[in-house]
Amino acid sequence: MTATVIELDQEGPAAILRIEGDITSGSEGDLMAAYGLATANGASAVILDFSKLEYMNSGGIGLLVTLLVRAQRGGSRLIATGLSEHYRQIFLLTRLDEAIEIHDDEAAAVAAATT
Amino acid sequence: MTAPTTDPRPEERTNRDAGNWAKPVDRLSAEGVAGAKVDSVTGKRVAGPLHGFGQLWQKTLRVPLEGSAMSPQAVIALWKEHFATFWPKGATFYAPLAGIAPGEVALLDIAPVPGSPVKLSTGIMVLYADDESFTFITPEGHALSAWITFSAHRDGDLTVAQVQALERTSDPFDELAYMLGGNRMNDRFWRDTLVNVGRAMGATDPKVITEVVCIDKRRQWRHASNVRNSATLRSVGHMLAAPVRWIARRS
Repeated sequence: MTATVIELDQEGPAAILRIEGDITSGSEGDLMAAYGLATANGASAVILDFSKLEYMNSGGIGLLVTLLVRAQRGGSRLIATGLSEHYRQIFLLTRLDEAIEIHDDEAAAVAAATT
Repeated sequence: MTAPTTDPRPEERTNRDAGNWAKPVDRLSAEGVAGAKVDSVTGKRVAGPLHGFGQLWQKTLRVPLEGSAMSPQAVIALWKEHFATFWPKGATFYAPLAGIAPGEVALLDIAPVPGSPVKLSTGIMVLYADDESFTFITPEGHALSAWITFSAHRDGDLTVAQVQALERTSDPFDELAYMLGGNRMNDRFWRDTLVNVGRAMGATDPKVITEVVCIDKRRQWRHASNVRNSATLRSVGHMLAAPVRWIARRS
């Protein structure tokens, strides 16, 4: 199992969480802390960059649902980018694609976040 | 803001979890299940906690397997193989012929209250499965829009078996039933299941630890129309129509 590394990159109303390694239920502390920091800094849209995601199990996808609920409660948007075809299929399978905007690349995600 | 990352391309990576997930399906099919009298799953879509109506709950129930020498992998292998036998009395799990594997569909009959003449006929799809866990997702019509993960892990010297549900009721009627006792019954169902699992895995006196967290107190009124798929109402209607069917058969 590879550790989760989450890097926060923020400018104005959009924050990018670059996720590297594995997302499992054990990633909750890191992911929620990064999200909390982004919104505390004023981000109204949070972009999850999955381009360096190596592994995600069902605990990880459950964590994304929890994060989505937290974002909806706080009035912020959650956007995904960098998804491989495999993870796009998982978003489709779990119908997360109906609740989280997906963009092909970071530029499109940032543009969507700032509109 | 830094420049977009372009290396490596997502499509070029291989994913270690690739074989563990079900493939996306538009509509479910229960043709790989034998023994069930009612199939209320075929033709339905998967639902899951995003598409339910009621408050969102995360329930974690775990049982430390004291007295058992089984590894988490061995626990999960046995749990998958004999899943149906661990359910409490009054509930029937019609396992897929191919076993608990990603994408397989199972059917279930559950009594809403002990001794009830009405059986709720519904099902699940296996969303994810690996050596240490497996996850079910419910279809449209199920009383709960949920993901339920069954897993085992080491905690010190002990193996711990766990059920974790992320669930919300599917429609306003199910939410009412949940508030009037369905929630407690659901907890008891998984507690009894875990005790049975614990005993089967060799635990001497399995004691279940339960944690319940309400993740979202709001109700999703945009999904109130889920009632049109309700397995609960369909099952009640089926029972109420039994005398009519009986008379029709006699005439």
